[in-house]
Amino acid sequence: MASLWEYANPRKFIATSDRVLPWVGAAALVSLATGLIWGFFFTPEDYRQGASVKIIYLHVPAALMAINAWLMMLVASLIWIVRRHHVSALAARAAAPVGAVMTVIALVTGALWGQPIWGTWWVWDPRLTSFLILFLFYLGYIALWSAIEDGDTAADLTSVLCLVGSVFALLSRYAVLFWNQGLHQGASLSLDKEENVADVFYLPLLVCIAGFSLLFVALVLMRTQTEIRARRMRALLARERML
Amino acid sequence: MIALLIRDLRLAVRSGGGFGLGLAFFLIVVVLVPFAVGPRADLHRVIAPGVLWLGALLACLLSLDRIFALDHEDGSLDLLATAPLPLEALTCIKALAHWLTTGLPLVLAAPVLGVLMNLPAPGYVPLILSLALGTPALSVIGTFGAALTVGVRRGGLLMSLLVLPLYVPTLIFGAEAARRGAEGLPYTTPLIMLAGITCGTIALLPFASAAVVRVNLR
Repeated sequence: MASLWEYANPRKFIATSDRVLPWVGAAALVSLATGLIWGFFFTPEDYRQGASVKIIYLHVPAALMAINAWLMMLVASLIWIVRRHHVSALAARAAAPVGAVMTVIALVTGALWGQPIWGTWWVWDPRLTSFLILFLFYLGYIALWSAIEDGDTAADLTSVLCLVGSVFALLSRYAVLFWNQGLHQGASLSLDKEENVADVFYLPLLVCIAGFSLLFVALVLMRTQTEIRARRMRALLARERML
Repeated sequence: MIALLIRDLRLAVRSGGGFGLGLAFFLIVVVLVPFAVGPRADLHRVIAPGVLWLGALLACLLSLDRIFALDHEDGSLDLLATAPLPLEALTCIKALAHWLTTGLPLVLAAPVLGVLMNLPAPGYVPLILSLALGTPALSVIGTFGAALTVGVRRGGLLMSLLVLPLYVPTLIFGAEAARRGAEGLPYTTPLIMLAGITCGTIALLPFASAAVVRVNLR
């Protein structure tokens, strides 16, 4: 049985992800297509919200992935700090813009939904506010990566920022909860059966979440490969200049 | 350690107004807000705690890049790193010096500016308490931000972006305590949360800052 850490070898990582990527990409496309088409065209309209309930199929998975992307970056940063595998640092770097885009999707779809239902684009509600803060964290993280030229230094600094940022993200979450009791409804999906959305919306929503997760995995794999290849190219160019 | 603290304080006082800069900025914010919102005393009374807290936070932010940048430029940061003093202690001293030169004057100036903003009488004690408890956290978090960007040329804007989300909890609890005090409500809970944040940052962030300085000096 091979150790998991073998995949920290860039060559092995590229070979494996090349083999896996088409399947993950195809699965992401299929599940996104079924989930979204099923959700948009074959579910009934909500008796109070009308057709606007259907934005849930974009909003909830995007919000979920925005938080999960940060979690993945946290794990990757920890691996980089403890074991110094370059692929892990590059994967964290690759995931950041994807997570930022997911946060933007969640914020924008939420605003589009909130305008007819709540009568406002934006309120300073705990959930909305903590997502805005999460977005700022993503921006800072990406900016720090691109501001520093040396790869290892940048990886070290962003890893520490990711750790500290996670602690403060949690803290901000509870701070804004305390600061303002909000307008946002409870979780659409939870283990507590009472709060969940009705069963008609439930299955297509699950398919959409699976689709978003697969899409995230595919994008991160692809972007990590790109990062590895870009770094190789820079190394080759540097060697050529020396000769 | 004390020698280093005295050196930093002396540098801040003597090198071209770094000492008064935060204070002047605080004054500017508080003076300009009434012009922006109009001369309505009832409105000022409501927004006074928030404006005072925001002014203090921005004044802190303004002076952050002086913490490490000057020492990095003239090379004394490398010397300090090789001195027989752990880097964690160095970052603590830096944060303390920053607080003594910006945070403490802000705390002392806040009641005077509170008069300008028509702060209600019961609001003064919670305002001073929350600023006194909260500004150390601002200094410590800011030291971390300054340490992150010490290797980046013109890193001021980047540092503001990095520090901004980290400041949110402190601002929320600090301004909440001041606001509740001004409205005559009990303000112990947010004050305790604020104290918790300050203690937590003082206990943990120097290690992160030191790690980051070490990386940047490599």
